[in-house]
Amino acid sequence: MLFKLLFLSCFLCIPSICFSKTLDLLNVSYDPTREFYKEFNREFEKYWSSSNSAVKIRQSHSGSATQARAVISGLQADVVTLALAYDIDIIAKESQLLPSNWQQRLPNNSSPYTSTIIFLVRKGNPKNIHDWSDLIKSNVEVIMPNPKTSGAARWNYLAAWGYALQSKLAEKKSNAAAEKYAKEFVTALIKNIPVLDTGARGSTTTFVNRNIGDVLITWENEALLAFQQMSKSSSASSAHSQFEIVIPSLSILARPPVAVIDKIVDKRKSREMAEAYLKYLYTPVGQRLAAKHFFRPALPELVDKKELAIFPTLKLFTLEDFFGSWEKAHKIHFADGGTFDQIYRPHAP
Amino acid sequence: MPMNTLASKAANAMITLVALSFIFLFLILPILVILQQGFSEGVVAWWQNISDEETLLALRLTLTVAAIAVPLNLLFGIMIAWTIAKFQFRGRELLLTLIDLPLAIPPIISGLMYVLLFGIYGWFGAFFNNYDVQIIYAVPGIILVTIFVTLPYVARELIPLLSKQGTEEELAAISLGASGLQTFWRVTLPNVKWGILHGIILCNARAMGEFGAVAVVSGHIRGETNTLPLHIEILYNEYNFVAAFAISSLFVSLATITLLLKGMSSEHHSKKH
Repeated sequence: MLFKLLFLSCFLCIPSICFSKTLDLLNVSYDPTREFYKEFNREFEKYWSSSNSAVKIRQSHSGSATQARAVISGLQADVVTLALAYDIDIIAKESQLLPSNWQQRLPNNSSPYTSTIIFLVRKGNPKNIHDWSDLIKSNVEVIMPNPKTSGAARWNYLAAWGYALQSKLAEKKSNAAAEKYAKEFVTALIKNIPVLDTGARGSTTTFVNRNIGDVLITWENEALLAFQQMSKSSSASSAHSQFEIVIPSLSILARPPVAVIDKIVDKRKSREMAEAYLKYLYTPVGQRLAAKHFFRPALPELVDKKELAIFPTLKLFTLEDFFGSWEKAHKIHFADGGTFDQIYRPHAP
Repeated sequence: MPMNTLASKAANAMITLVALSFIFLFLILPILVILQQGFSEGVVAWWQNISDEETLLALRLTLTVAAIAVPLNLLFGIMIAWTIAKFQFRGRELLLTLIDLPLAIPPIISGLMYVLLFGIYGWFGAFFNNYDVQIIYAVPGIILVTIFVTLPYVARELIPLLSKQGTEEELAAISLGASGLQTFWRVTLPNVKWGILHGIILCNARAMGEFGAVAVVSGHIRGETNTLPLHIEILYNEYNFVAAFAISSLFVSLATITLLLKGMSSEHHSKKH
């Protein structure tokens, strides 16, 4: 009897899957923006439904390259908000879902917020690390993810390369000499990495929880967020207040871009809303929320000075300054057989 | 030989001690840690974490997926086990091996296979895209891969049981004038009902717990295509350790109940023989 009941209930409990068909928008994003978009989406839903019909923003997060791949193979994203322009370029190139000039369609190269690359060291800074040049000392262990798989790591790598270039160019050396030095510099840096994780969060765990390495190279927004989160959870504070942030003299301006996916919004008839959604990022509401979640606002004049105080001032260069474009940087440095492949050899035993 | 018995007793005690501490270290301790972390901020916080909207949506999705995948695999499992155990035909061995394939393939590959099949550039992708049917990065994709990875459990459980019983009882039933279906319902099925229950439990546990394959096809849309295991990972990565462990504790209790049920079913099972 018991058996028959169980058997029956198994078949009877097939529920119907029904999805409500209210207006919605899917934002496909990368990992560190979770907290920011959670709050921003609520604001946008309020704003949009005050003058239009109700809307629901659906949100997806994963690694930036993974998300680009998912959109190419059919994830129905109305908008993408990824870690680097190269990932949206790939979508444009491989699927033609949006035109290749997408980056010109919104202000500040379609980046409503920016970030940069900074260091996290252990309390008291025992290895005396103050700038990129300290990272190539032979007794320093550096933690960063693998540029082959991680968007953050590409920014890290290019930041180090740019720093080395700049230091030689400032000494009035020739371009070729500076390039040669930059390669040596980055080679020395990579020699100091004991373990290359696949993603930024993985590296943070290696550094913070597994206690490996003297310095972690990471996103400014990740470092600030991790700090805030760690100090919030009281039980963990004793273990995690053992770090401090170090700001290098020069770093790269990381510009995470956003774009409407034209073919998808046209099919779903959501273009008007999708464009309004991205434009809303450039309003005082969007900019203030970005600052609150540790992204540097692209339009700082819209945000209170007080709220900008968390961002340290440092000299920043752009990718275009030294590398031309993402496509070029990718081809030279990260493609198979590029400089990273030439430099990186797994440590011999 | 008192010395000898003493020594063997000591050896027995040693072995028992080693076994017990091994079990404690690798089984009990991790589970205790999960419970301790989950309840570290009290029962009220635990309940708040469990009843959070996104968590409930993830739970609903996980239950929905299991409620579709398990009955289908039950049906399929019984049919295939019946075919393999009671009949001799060419390719039987091959079929037997093929059933195990989902267990041998790493879950991430299972997920990728479905992306290659139903992704927009996949074999069937363009067809479904024309009709605006979303398979991959939506609930149907999650259900498909779950069915795939849990396919062997019921069949695996039944094949040895059915083969051991042979075909005498069925032959007797048929010679007494029972139809094929009657024989199946009245003779074959009652003989293996506890085995079936056993299979359902295992299949269900895997269906609810599957992570790797589902992660590939999920699309990670919050409150929509995040199953409970995926949701736990998200919470953990968002430094929300307490919530992650609170939900994990839910899973652990689910697993414990499952195992108790399984224990019960095997007990019944052994009583029959």
